[in-house]
Amino acid sequence: MLEQLYFAMEVFLNGLMAGVLYALVALGFVLIFKASGIFNYAQGVMALFSALTLVGIMDGQVPFSHIINATFGTDIHHFGWHVPALFAIFGTVIVMVLFAWIVQRYIFRHLVGQEPIILFMATIGLAYFLEGVGDLMWGSEIKKLDVGLPQGINDTIDQVTYEMFGYGFFIDNLDIVATVVAVLLVIGLVIFAQYSKEGRAMRAVADDHQAALSVGVSLNFIWIMVWSVAGFVALVAGIMWGTKSGVQFSLSLIALKALPVLMLGGFTSIPGAIVGGLIIGVGEKLFEFFMSSSALAGELFGFTISATENWFAYVLALIFLVFRPQGLFGEKIIERV
Amino acid sequence: MFYREAGDFKTSYTDDNQTFPIKFDRYRYYVVLAIAFGVIPFLINDYWANAFLLPFLIYSIAAIGLNILTGYCGQVSLGTGGFMAVGAYACYKLMTSFPDVNIFFHVIAAGGVTAIVCTAFGLPSLRIKGFYLAVATLAAQFFLVWLFNKVSWFYNYSASGQINAPERFVFGVPVTGANTDAWATYLFCLVFLTISAIIARNLTRGMQGRKWMAIRDMDIAAEIIGVNPMRAKLSAFAVSGFFIGISGALFFAVYLGAVEVGEVFGIQKSFLVLFMIIIGGLGSIFGSFAGAAFLVLLPVVLKLIGVDFLGWPTDIVAHFNLVIVGALIIVFLIAEPHGIAQLWRVAKEKLRLWPFPH
Repeated sequence: MLEQLYFAMEVFLNGLMAGVLYALVALGFVLIFKASGIFNYAQGVMALFSALTLVGIMDGQVPFSHIINATFGTDIHHFGWHVPALFAIFGTVIVMVLFAWIVQRYIFRHLVGQEPIILFMATIGLAYFLEGVGDLMWGSEIKKLDVGLPQGINDTIDQVTYEMFGYGFFIDNLDIVATVVAVLLVIGLVIFAQYSKEGRAMRAVADDHQAALSVGVSLNFIWIMVWSVAGFVALVAGIMWGTKSGVQFSLSLIALKALPVLMLGGFTSIPGAIVGGLIIGVGEKLFEFFMSSSALAGELFGFTISATENWFAYVLALIFLVFRPQGLFGEKIIERV
Repeated sequence: MFYREAGDFKTSYTDDNQTFPIKFDRYRYYVVLAIAFGVIPFLINDYWANAFLLPFLIYSIAAIGLNILTGYCGQVSLGTGGFMAVGAYACYKLMTSFPDVNIFFHVIAAGGVTAIVCTAFGLPSLRIKGFYLAVATLAAQFFLVWLFNKVSWFYNYSASGQINAPERFVFGVPVTGANTDAWATYLFCLVFLTISAIIARNLTRGMQGRKWMAIRDMDIAAEIIGVNPMRAKLSAFAVSGFFIGISGALFFAVYLGAVEVGEVFGIQKSFLVLFMIIIGGLGSIFGSFAGAAFLVLLPVVLKLIGVDFLGWPTDIVAHFNLVIVGALIIVFLIAEPHGIAQLWRVAKEKLRLWPFPH
């Protein structure tokens, strides 16, 4: 039984780490939603696209090489250079800022004042578009991303816990790095939003578009900035997830996982995104552990089920929403006729 | 010139209330029906049935169902794939449990089962709305697919985890299984589509449809003027589930014949049907047809151009398909939020005045 307890604790810790990664994606959602009221479904695909771009720049891939080869019968793939990770990240950030500008200039400027659900559907279209462009540009095969982050089991934790409990905890180094990065990112974002001039303008826009406009805040600039920051957050999430499981299409599906995180935490709250992510991460890992273990669920119910991670987060969010529609930290929804 | 109400005198209330009040419209409708039932079955071949006609008919039913829920009642649902899976598995269980009953009734019963499931998942809509609800319906999508994957009772404990449609006959003609003719499957689906469209059209222009639209436009105001929001929302979920269930059953039994749930009824299917009604036109029965036809034809046409004409590999064409679908969604939302149906309406209005526009 003690063994089970330790194992559950390990699952709990791993759940916390996974939750941090969910929170990272959810953070991008919250930023855009707060500033522009757009629920950006494309956040996950942005993570995928930025990771693809990063790998492409690092390996010196020729963009659109597949389609060029297919049309002209040439056989080009690589420029033949390798860019250091730091410069490649810098290049990717530039690409994401460019992307933010295009999105703002050609899509959402034309959709100002539309209903939220229309904007949501537009971002679904954007997600499809970006996914197709990413595949056309860099190819759709699974890529390995290595920017020099440590990976594998953390030996120190393993040893210390083994000496303390007689049971070594398995914690991935990458998860620890991700946690640290996420914490730094959140602190940075909060400082940016609270104390910088642009951050204050951003909050003003979030509060009331027209009032902000009337005191001289440029909506265009703020929105481009917010999309750029969201692109940067997507890049960080893309690096973490890409290092963990390779850069591939399933990366864009983490956006779907971030949705229940948001519902739980509330759409408008940065702490909500973090807490929601942790709850979902821990909840789904523990639930899976409990339900698939024959010693626990098998004893209790007489059956075990597995692969519950697919739906647990959604069902949890669904049940939660019925009792508290605005989420844990969300602003109270007030409706007027 | 065309679409002219002049000279079309109505002498009774029945005339006034008919579905197509303009004579030209009415005749066009009869002609389309006559061609669909009387001409196409003789011309059809396997390629056209499988590449375009069957998916078009079946997706049209699904799009009508989703359009009732999203377009008319304003409840965005991302669970269409899961609900289609309910229809497919209900149909499969009924077909294998009661082999003596005609498949026609199985399909309808599958629609009924889906209506019940859909209503159950619609219950949260009484508390939450907008995209909160959209995410809540995602729960249905993932939970249902997982359920059909994991609980082996649903696929009769078959080793592959797939469900296969046994051979069934209507009037002695096989419509499911391996030995079907293109015209038989086509007619079978067409009958369902015609009935669905007539029911949907009449529901949406009657009292029930007006209640739905009132809820969509502003639910609090609707409640104040006496629309019961619980009944209106849940009935929309039920009717929508019924149609989506029928389309899921047909998709499995008639079109594919064998189904692996995660592959066929995944989240992509939900988005596909949602795109159909966005491009076709939210809140329009004709739009459901137009959107389904458009998105079924698009990959076929792109494949013709890309693979056969330009000689590109199929995966590049598939990626282009994504880019074009995504771009089209955005373009439609910006330029014409009411979709193809609105273009059609504008064209009709122009035709009405043509050739003297002033």
